[in-house]
This record gives sequence, structure tokens and C-alpha cells, in this order.
Amino acid sequence: MVVGVLALQGSFNEHIAVLKRLGVKGVEVRKPEQLLNVSSLIIPGGESTTMAKLAELHNLFPALREFVQMGKPVWGTCAGLIFLANKATGQKTGGQKLIGGLDCTVHRNFFGSQIQSFETELPIPQVVAEDGGPPSFRAVFIRAPAILDVGPDVEVLSDIPLSAIETLNSNPAIQKEEESTESGKKVIVAVKQGNLLATAFHPELTADTRWHSYFLKMVPEIEGGTSDIVSTSTSNQSFGTRSIIDFPIYQ
Amino acid sequence: MAGSGVVTVYGNGALTETTKQSPFSVKVGLAQMLRGGVIMDVVNAEQARIAEEAGACAVMALERVPADIRAQGGVARMSDPQLIKEIKQAVTIPVMAKARIGHFVEAQILEAIGIDYVDESEVLTLADDENHINKHNFRIPFVCGCRNLGEALRRIREGAAMIRTKGEAGTGNIIEAVRHVRSVMGDIRVLRNMDDDEVFTFAKKIQAPYDLVMQTKQLGRLPVVHFAAGGVATPADAALMMQLGCDGVFVGSGIFKSGDPAKRGRAIVQAVTHYSDPQLLAEISCGLGEAMVGINLDEKVERYANRSE
Repeated sequence: MVVGVLALQGSFNEHIAVLKRLGVKGVEVRKPEQLLNVSSLIIPGGESTTMAKLAELHNLFPALREFVQMGKPVWGTCAGLIFLANKATGQKTGGQKLIGGLDCTVHRNFFGSQIQSFETELPIPQVVAEDGGPPSFRAVFIRAPAILDVGPDVEVLSDIPLSAIETLNSNPAIQKEEESTESGKKVIVAVKQGNLLATAFHPELTADTRWHSYFLKMVPEIEGGTSDIVSTSTSNQSFGTRSIIDFPIYQ
Repeated sequence: MAGSGVVTVYGNGALTETTKQSPFSVKVGLAQMLRGGVIMDVVNAEQARIAEEAGACAVMALERVPADIRAQGGVARMSDPQLIKEIKQAVTIPVMAKARIGHFVEAQILEAIGIDYVDESEVLTLADDENHINKHNFRIPFVCGCRNLGEALRRIREGAAMIRTKGEAGTGNIIEAVRHVRSVMGDIRVLRNMDDDEVFTFAKKIQAPYDLVMQTKQLGRLPVVHFAAGGVATPADAALMMQLGCDGVFVGSGIFKSGDPAKRGRAIVQAVTHYSDPQLLAEISCGLGEAMVGINLDEKVERYANRSE
């Protein structure tokens, strides 16, 4: 099985490193034709504005949309979640292109700037049911988005109460949200809809590999082995490619 | 912290952390999200918008670009917080800002206005020629410059969550950047092949904390994200830095001192993503207009990189 990781910018090396620990080959995807060689795709964290710009320059959007519509499994973390959403608020002037497919509204940069970034122990009942392990997951939120509302077909895998975030009051986005709703409001941070999985946090930054195994189980086991042979030939002509070295993993 | 009266043994894990609110993993996390990207120097909101449209993964707000600091001289300081706020409002990408080395109050001000990263930079005039800021005291993450492995690890021990090799800012000349990246990477290669018994002496030689040296040996790379900086002016320069093993690139004067900033910025962003594809690099390097005027580094040119150890 070969999993593609969109390698325009961001934490694609980290995703490939986690896949390697699970014994799965991850390949970098930078061009539309490289999508033909992979059975599933991870869209990593990073700056969604930058990734959208680069995807547009290299005409990746039609191929990505087709990939999603073909029903192949796609997982977006953080910036990837924004990419997959049908609607995103809080975009830059002039807006940004999205792949779409996931029936939800995402607030880009919901939790505010870096000073409001945090990590928390997140309960993940559905994932625990599949993969076992402790009932919560160490989730790292970096300038993270959040899902404001979801369509009927979307399964909510995890949410966090807004009161859990200490820096609540200093954040205009959350304040605005609170005005319109009751306090004790929860915000959605992980969803699944058919072949699409999306998380607002970064499972690629921590040692726990359960989200990656959860995603890999969404990939139908199609035997044939053709993809393995094709994928290795794509990186033949490149210079200076180096072996991926892992970062310290925070336990 | 203060007041508890408990003596803790130093060094129980190389990069474990301190303040509850912003653990080191969150500080390093943002830098990891910037990997494979370009961070551009901007001096006002208008330039920040151009940088965002070009595909920069973050912008660095400063008072004057390094080339102007070189040309005009005088003391270079943190830029006006009002200006930084305007830049922050104009764009959705992370905003960094420079503080003078050792000037922890400038860093406190930058933390108070809620920017995403502080660059404790040798490009600005020094505020303290002996001590750097104790970066553990801040919730905001820091990026610091280095010329070699020892300097990088000293900064990380002080709390830096991201490292950039210094190069020579404002010159448009890549030679110093190459020298510094090669020095860091070369030392790491030497370290990786070293017997564990020799690491103690090596740590003494490069004047770096032993635990971080050992961690670097085990990882085979710096334990934080490592960008290149100082002298990048063309897409080829940027791709060179990536092929030498950096995680991304800072571009200072190279973009807004060139003939067509939007076009050159976009080309450099593409070059960092497709750094190992010469065909594409050739395509994007075509017709970019005039590059910034470079400076040849003879003895008369002041070396900003040598301002701090």
C-alpha cells in the first residue's frame, strides 16, 4: 500500500515518518500526475494560503477534486481540513481556493495566533473503539482551525468545550462565537464523512500513531501491487533528495 | 520556578519543558508547520499583502530591510508596534518580528501584541553583547541565528524553538549562507560517526551543552527546525539552501529590493517546494527582471554574523 502525502509545504515529512513507523510507504505528491500512483492521500498541516497558492500554480486542484470524488480516502490535518471543507471563513483578502467535498463550515485560524496555540488531552471514543489504547489523545493545536457546523452525513469524532481553553477571553474569534451561542458550547475538531477524514490538530507531531492507523483502515485492501512499482520511478530524476530524518517525538 | 524551594536535578531529558501554558512541543510545532516554506521580510502592510499573495508561509516585520540598514547605518531597533499590528491585520499567515539580541523588553512588547514568532536577530544593533534573551521565560517562540553547530545548540538551550543559519544579511551574496549551512551540516555528519566516548570532548570543543549534542547525534539533525537566511536573492539560491539540507528559507532584501517583487517572490516560493527538480527550476527562473544589487564581501564590509557568539 502506498499513501500519498501532499508535499507542497508544511509537515509532510512528519506524516511520512509516522507512516514509516507503521510500516507503510508514504510518497511525496507535488504534481497532478503523481496522484495516479497512490491509493490514498494525506494533506498535511502547514499554511493553507501557501499551499493553495502552490496548488493553483501547478494546476493541482482539478486532479485533487477528482481524487476526492472518486471516493479514495483523503485525510486532512489542520490546513488539510481547511482544504477539504466546502466553506471556510476567516480567509485572506481575496479568498483562497478549496478542494471541497467535506460538508462543513471551517473557521480558519479559529483559536487565534501562536500565543493561543495549546495542547490538550482529547477524548476519542470512535478511534479507541477501532484501535484500543488510552481513552484520550495528546492533541497539539497550532494556530488551528475549528469546525463551526456540519452537514447531516458528517460523523463527529471529537470536540472540545470552549471553556477548556484558558486563553479564551483574549481571542476575538471565540468571543464573537460566544455572543451568538450559549456558554458551555463545544467546538468540533475531528470529523469523518465517507472517504474523508479531517482533524484540526496534528497527530503527525506526537508519538501516538492511532489516528494514522485509523486512516489506514479506511483504505480498501485492493491487492495487485501495481502501485508499488509505479511509485518508485517518480523520484528518479531529482537531485539532492535526502533521507528523511525524524524530529524528536514528544511522548 | 521561583518560590518552591525545590532543587531539581538538571538535565532530565534534553528538551523537556517549563511553563505549562506553552510547552516546547507547541513552540516547535509552528516551526514544523513552516517547513518547506519561505519567510519574507516586509516593512509595511502593503508589502505583507504582496508576500502573502506570492505564497510566503510567514512574514517578518521589521523597520528597514537589511540592505537599507547597511546603506543607511545608525542603530536598528524593533519596529513600531503600530506597524506590526497593521501588518498582522493585513494578512492571515503568521507574522514574525525582530527584537535586538539581549533586549528582553522588546520581546515582551512583541509577545504583548500577539505576534507568532520573535526573531532575536543580529541584523539589528545589539542591546547586550554578552547575553542573549532567556527564551524559556516567554510563551511566544523564538528563532535565533547561528554560524555553526555549537552556536545553534547554545541558542536552543536558551530556549530557541527554531534556528536559522545567519549568512550575511542585506548583501544578496550567498557565500556566507553556504559557509554556515555547510559548517552546521558538516559538524553533524562528523558527530554522527563519532564514538559515544568522544562526544564529551566534542561538546567541550564546540562549547555546547552535552545533552543537546548527544540528542543531535542520535537524531542526525538539529533537534529543531532549521532555516537558511542571509543572502538569498534568486530561486536558485533558495533551492541550493534546500538541497544542502535546510527546512526552509528566509528571504530579506532579495525580494523587495528587486525589480519585480511579486514575480520573484512567487518564483522563490516555487523553488523551495520543487528544489530537487532542475527542469522546473529552469522554468521558474526565467524572466524575473532585475535581481537586487549584490555586495562583494571584502574586509571593509561589516559582518553582522560576527556580532554575537
